[in-house]
Amino acid sequence: MIKNILNLGDAALYCDFGSDVNQEINSNVIKYFYHIKKLNLKGITNLTPSYNKLIISYDLNIHTFLSLKKKIENIEIKENNKLEKNLIEIPVCCENNFALDIKRVENKLKLKSEIILEKFFSKNYFCYMTGFVAGMPFLGDLNQEMRLKRLETPRVKVPKGSVGITEQFCNIYTFETPGGWNILGNTPQNIFDTSNQSNPNLVNPGDTIKFYRITLDQYNEIKR
Amino acid sequence: MKSKDRNYFKILRAGINTTYQDLGRNNLYHIGIPFSGAMDKRNFQLLNSLLQNDYNSPVIEFAYQGPHLKYFGKDIFFCISGNVSFKIITKEGVIDGNSYQCYLLKNGDEVDIRSTNKSVYGYFSINGTFGVDYYWGSCSINTQAQIGPNNGNKFSKDLEIEIIDINNSFNKRKLDYLGSTIENIRVIKGTNYDYFSESSQNKFFKESFKITKLSDRMGMRLEGPKIENIVDPNIKSEGLVKGVIQITSAGDPIIMLSDHGTIGGYPKIATVISADYDRLVQLTPGSNIKFKDVSLEDAETLYKLYQMETNNLISQIK
Repeated sequence: MIKNILNLGDAALYCDFGSDVNQEINSNVIKYFYHIKKLNLKGITNLTPSYNKLIISYDLNIHTFLSLKKKIENIEIKENNKLEKNLIEIPVCCENNFALDIKRVENKLKLKSEIILEKFFSKNYFCYMTGFVAGMPFLGDLNQEMRLKRLETPRVKVPKGSVGITEQFCNIYTFETPGGWNILGNTPQNIFDTSNQSNPNLVNPGDTIKFYRITLDQYNEIKR
Repeated sequence: MKSKDRNYFKILRAGINTTYQDLGRNNLYHIGIPFSGAMDKRNFQLLNSLLQNDYNSPVIEFAYQGPHLKYFGKDIFFCISGNVSFKIITKEGVIDGNSYQCYLLKNGDEVDIRSTNKSVYGYFSINGTFGVDYYWGSCSINTQAQIGPNNGNKFSKDLEIEIIDINNSFNKRKLDYLGSTIENIRVIKGTNYDYFSESSQNKFFKESFKITKLSDRMGMRLEGPKIENIVDPNIKSEGLVKGVIQITSAGDPIIMLSDHGTIGGYPKIATVISADYDRLVQLTPGSNIKFKDVSLEDAETLYKLYQMETNNLISQIK
């Protein structure tokens, strides 16, 4: 299932699963990720799954590129290996002061805001990967008519909890960070919990997300 | 702990980006948490060796200007690594200290770490252990994700740095070392090298780039000849590693450093080799760098040589 293994610098393997972004290719990446993680190989310092790549960082004192490449190539993963999937429900409030870009999205998609939100909440989303900043989930896929580009000028600060869309993807900003996604709402739920050392991520690759809409009162209630 | 039994430093001036660091945290890229850890691993290693501490003991890292610390407690030794100017203020007077030498501190003495010279990072520690909390096996402070002791924030004035253990059998030691500098940064071509025009590929290796002020523990932004992308200014977001050089849509290189975002969507033109990373991070804004292309096999050998050099330095500590 890995098409090709290249080197990324002198201390990482770049495992290429293809160039398309779809759930089938991504599920393969995630299967490899969990499988290699479980093997607990000595000298592997990081595994970074993304849409269609898996990057394996290693300790140069323990492995060379060729020795580790051989090990990874010899890994066999059964096609019918089932992915562990959780369904996670996440509340989102779309009141005006949270839906920072709803007007822009209305204009670009030529849809009324109520229709946009109805479409957004009517679907479950698959978690392709987490990262960039701690715990941020990259989710998909949005329906064709919901797809638009990033903001021309990214925001210097996107508020924590913001739920945004771009192209076929949506995400949740787990920290206040710069960003250019179109913000439709905000969740009061903590998506990344620093105090939970064993499992800080609410959402993990392979999980399914169902967003549901809440009022400002409910938002404040959960936040308290 | 009774206050009279406490051994601690009070921060009179925090300095710039002063944080606890150790070797960093592994195996968390997949949730978006980078390695972090001391930027200059050689100086980190030398410092803990000089002080006879455990190899992964926490140290205090600072950039450009270090903290001014006042000590309260029983006699202790401290040491500083990196190219650093500092003063030791005691009842007997004020003396200039030297890096890679251990000094005695008594109750009420102060250390004023004035600046790093022609370099960015310096390290301070003691013959003992700072009282720090561990997050995913590391006490490194990542200010961007607010992970680590001190609520993941850099040091501020009036903070008190607890010392929980002092090695009483310690003997003062020193190392004669002037530091190591580098003219060319050696890189391995990146996975998107062919995204760039031939003339830009040539420019990347022939011309020099200036390090801008927009450089910190997350990344180093460079300016120089614009690198022209002939395929696509974006790739599908994928994992990054320390040392990756991405080219932004504006055509400028940006090098990923220890606190970098774990995934990114700019094409990768090259990656800095592991042997040159410690020296790369010490280059100050305003200085120029040139990239030199090396093979993967050479990079692996150069790393072994660099490690041997570090071990050799450690063996010279007397």
